[in-house]
Amino acid sequence: MRASVVEEASPAPAAGYALELRSVSKAFGGLRAVDDVALAVRAGERRALIGPNGAGKTTLFNLISGELPASSGTITLFGRDVTRAAAHRRAALGLARTFQITNVFPSLTVLENCLLAVQALSPVKLAMHRPLGRYADLHARARTTLEAVGLADRAGATVQHLSHGEQRQLEIALALAGRPRVLLLDEPTAGLSPAESQLMAGLIKRLDPAMTVLVIEHDMDIALEIVQHVTVLHYGRVIADGTREDVKANPLVREIYLGA
Amino acid sequence: MTDGATGASLRPPTVRSGLAAPATTVDRKVVAGFVALAGAGALAPVLPAYPLTLLTQAAIIAVLAMSLDVLLGYTGLPSLGHAAYFGIAAYTVAILATERQIGLAGCLVAALLLATATAAVFGVLAIRATGTYFLMITLALGMVVWGLAFRWVSMTKGDNGIAGVPRPELGLPWSLAAPLPFFYFALGAAALAWGAMGVLVRSPFGLGLKGIRESESRMRALGYNVWLHKYLAFVISGFFAAFAGVLWAYYNGFVGPADVQLVTSVETLLMVALGGPGTLAGSAFGAVAIVFLKNFVSVYTKRWLLILGAVYIGVILFAPRGVLGAFSREPRGAP
Repeated sequence: MRASVVEEASPAPAAGYALELRSVSKAFGGLRAVDDVALAVRAGERRALIGPNGAGKTTLFNLISGELPASSGTITLFGRDVTRAAAHRRAALGLARTFQITNVFPSLTVLENCLLAVQALSPVKLAMHRPLGRYADLHARARTTLEAVGLADRAGATVQHLSHGEQRQLEIALALAGRPRVLLLDEPTAGLSPAESQLMAGLIKRLDPAMTVLVIEHDMDIALEIVQHVTVLHYGRVIADGTREDVKANPLVREIYLGA
Repeated sequence: MTDGATGASLRPPTVRSGLAAPATTVDRKVVAGFVALAGAGALAPVLPAYPLTLLTQAAIIAVLAMSLDVLLGYTGLPSLGHAAYFGIAAYTVAILATERQIGLAGCLVAALLLATATAAVFGVLAIRATGTYFLMITLALGMVVWGLAFRWVSMTKGDNGIAGVPRPELGLPWSLAAPLPFFYFALGAAALAWGAMGVLVRSPFGLGLKGIRESESRMRALGYNVWLHKYLAFVISGFFAAFAGVLWAYYNGFVGPADVQLVTSVETLLMVALGGPGTLAGSAFGAVAIVFLKNFVSVYTKRWLLILGAVYIGVILFAPRGVLGAFSREPRGAP
């Protein structure tokens, strides 16, 4: 009896961080792509990860999402150590990501893409005795997700026939379909025109405020529009971390990144 | 990306009416499959003995080809050892039916269990690998089974094979020993397997397989245990190959090392490639085409494999999506 009381009390998430990295490193041979990175993101926070090309931003995302194993350090998600957890286990804990290079299912339809994302976190994904068409609830959720990103009228189209902008929207839709608590966006505006980028920024700003969002963004104007906090990476190390005003004023950042 | 083409593509999120209804249109390939089944069933009573035998053979081999398609066409895993599960099931039936006089139900259960269990063990070894490495491992595992069939003489009678497998008695007024009733038996069994695999590939699990074929990294990020999905597909595929093997043992009345050899696996792979990977009806069509071609060509020449190779090269060059793929236009897509 007493044991259960203790158990209920103990797993309070460490200081309310949704995502916490402690001295995380990743080495590819002699190259330390991510070097002793510490990062603590509160639940509901919007944070941008910026840095020049090759700074290790996408590698860091791959470590957080579990696509790559960290060489050292610990990664916790809502206080749970997920450093050694497989990518799909992290997804089950509420972590979702998008990819810099569009990574969707090109020969399936938009709706099928979204259904794959919707069923991913439910045991239904292993059901093999009924056609998918019978699962009306999955279809309803897939359509709601497509409506949220403005792709509902393209539901029946094969993905390889979508425009680049529509594929970027689908990229986000797949990440949102599982109703994640932590969302990693890897350059959501990559390859988009300025007008499209603005629409994408609007979409990100309208996301559920309870959702924690970490975004890699090259376009500083877009990045500063979406987030309050900025972490700057350079050669795999965090060189600045703070509110957007702090980071903008940081002379080191201005020298390295903004080239001022 | 050009701005003009996509400037308006990123639409503001609005709720739209008139969404496309869930796909209720029946796949044309399914219709073609039903027509082929009905046609074969209607034609069978007037067919001479030899074409009827070939048609029976084609129905059974079609099940083998479809089982491989679940792996190759839907999951993207090219197995070169599929004859192993087919052969293990065939040998199980042959041994039990000749030495222990066990009936259809007992043979069926034992054969499916043994072959599926083998697939479950081989799957653990093979699924970690991808691409060419997967091909090589499945090839090696297939050779192990062939080696057993060839060398374990006390059990398999080695090179001589096991002859005299009796057709099952079902207590029906028609004896399955006669060609026509056995054809309907095989056709019915093949239709059953087609239906079961058809539901499988259209199920949530089946959509997961297609997702793995397209992007494993995205599937992992979405929360799929990709290994488990592939492993289950491997075992299920082995199960249906075993089902074909059971039918084959009864059909042929003889089981030998040729049934588990590499050429059988390769031919099955070519049937799927010929018909169109990722469509069950397509691989069934490929199986029928190869069975008939093989038997007609081998009347004129012993160089059957040469002809088969030429057909395969032709398909790769002129119809990389298979014959059915070449004839089916993209039904959805550009606005």
